[in-house]
Amino acid sequence: MKSNKLNQIILNIFMISLSVFCLIPIWLLFSASLTDDSEIIRNGYSFLPKDISISAYSYLFDGSLGIMNAYGITILVTIIGTVTGLALTAMLAYPLSRFEMPFKNTLAFFIFFTMLFNGGLVPTYLIYTNIFEIKNSLWALIVPSLLMNGYFIILMRTFFATSIPRPLIESAQIDGAKEWKIFYSMIIPLSTPVFGTIGLFYTLLYWNDWNNGLIYITDSHYYSLQNLLNRILQDIQFLQSSTQMGNKGDELVANLPLGSMRMAIACIGIVPLLIAFPFFQRFFVKGLTIGSVKG
Amino acid sequence: MKNEVAYKSQADHSKMKWTAKLALELRKAKRYRALVFMALPGLLYLLINNYLPMFGVVVAFKNYNFTKGILGSEWIGFENFKYLFATKDAYIITRNTILYNFLFIALTTSAGIGTAIILNEIRKRFLTKMYQTFILLPHLISMVIVAYLVLAFLDVEKGFLNNTLLPMLGIDPISWYSETKYWPWILTLVSLWKGIGNSCIIYFAAIIGIDNEYYEAARIDGANRWRQIWNITIPSIMPYVSIMTLLAIGRIFYSDFGLFYQVPLNSGLLSSVTNTIDTYVFRALMTMGDIGMSSAAGLYQSFVGFILVVVSNAIVSRKNKDNALY
Repeated sequence: MKSNKLNQIILNIFMISLSVFCLIPIWLLFSASLTDDSEIIRNGYSFLPKDISISAYSYLFDGSLGIMNAYGITILVTIIGTVTGLALTAMLAYPLSRFEMPFKNTLAFFIFFTMLFNGGLVPTYLIYTNIFEIKNSLWALIVPSLLMNGYFIILMRTFFATSIPRPLIESAQIDGAKEWKIFYSMIIPLSTPVFGTIGLFYTLLYWNDWNNGLIYITDSHYYSLQNLLNRILQDIQFLQSSTQMGNKGDELVANLPLGSMRMAIACIGIVPLLIAFPFFQRFFVKGLTIGSVKG
Repeated sequence: MKNEVAYKSQADHSKMKWTAKLALELRKAKRYRALVFMALPGLLYLLINNYLPMFGVVVAFKNYNFTKGILGSEWIGFENFKYLFATKDAYIITRNTILYNFLFIALTTSAGIGTAIILNEIRKRFLTKMYQTFILLPHLISMVIVAYLVLAFLDVEKGFLNNTLLPMLGIDPISWYSETKYWPWILTLVSLWKGIGNSCIIYFAAIIGIDNEYYEAARIDGANRWRQIWNITIPSIMPYVSIMTLLAIGRIFYSDFGLFYQVPLNSGLLSSVTNTIDTYVFRALMTMGDIGMSSAAGLYQSFVGFILVVVSNAIVSRKNKDNALY
């Protein structure tokens, strides 16, 4: 009995250390964003700053950097992307779950093959920029590479095929319901768990996406939050020049708390996720394990 | 019942001539055109987003000219590939991609299994839940922000290591973003940090799925906790481990672009240890505008990647039909 208790303590100590390992970089980011810049210049970023200051945040929100604009774009793109992505995925997955679907196996292979082979960055880039000309538009943040994922389609099709009783569809057909009506008023309400899980993954994908912006967006008006972060990470002058422009030049370069501002803007990017995570954790875990572990 | 119907229709199918089959499918298409229309937008999207670029890979065999486009540019055969494989880069990017991936797979898998076993031993449910939340957090964070987190530690002037940790140990400041020798360790650590939660959760779910009767029987036979883990838990999750590993090996030719591009801050000085196929293709296209080299490297990746995915999946589907892609 006693050794059992000791075991529990050791196990918990291990898990606490692992949790600390996972959390400590995030802690450093937060404390760095709240450190007064003079202390950062003297002592660098630290876990327990002595001079706490929120000046970095007040500079960020004075409107000049376009953070609000970037935030707006991220939210807009995430909503449109998630809704369209879910709709397209479900509308493709559902017919493929029905044996009445013509050319069912051929179409299933058509989808499946996209998971095996892809053209890669160069042809995709050339086609999207030369034929569809999506460079520097919101389309670039929504359409390429993310909108649909073969894995999501297969996941959803499996759900429709196994979790929705066939007699239900048949009785609706006998009652004279049209296919769209069946899909809309029966299949969707019965499939909320899978919609929740896949919708969550779409949301995270769009919220965290910086790749499309890096490739297709050069105009900073179309930057999403991640693209703005990306730009500032690689080019600190960008932060400097755009903040100064907003302040009409009456602030000296040296006065800008660049060190903490940089970290503050990264904090703004993760705070919504950290707050929301406990609420969607259940769906998230389900999504991670669904394909790999059954039963 | 449903399976029976499907099985029967399949059996009938195989005896039919292809014209009869086609006629049947077309009759179905007429009768169930609503289903066809429903699937149409998604299929169209895949056609444009996935299939068009697949045919676009021919650009690797052409001398691409912006005004002439992919179709109009002249064919030059394997010239681009000859140039690519004549450079030292081709070897470096292949080596980096494969070695890092092997290292990441081995470390993340073993750390994930170990953590999952430990997590399962913890008695208090709310603690289990809380630890899960904490170790999954890194998985949620985008690579751009991960790069900021790493920068907070490694920044040459303001970073935590150079200002606090190294002076404490009496070591001189290190110029992290220009010295290659540290980066294999840094990238591995970041990859482990980001991936351990995901890996742990998958194996934890597998462990939870193990039938409790095995453990009860073992307890009656007097097996202690260690023996139970060694003789029941580990063998029970082994099928999942081998499948997950095989699937990961199938993707070994693809690297995590964000990890290798964002975290080293796109530093040219580090390229010998941070350049992978994905970063090479990106830089050749976006920075140098070299369509020939980037498309050749991209097709090299797609082609070898395709073979690896097909082979690994064939092995997985022989082991367990449910877990393979096909």
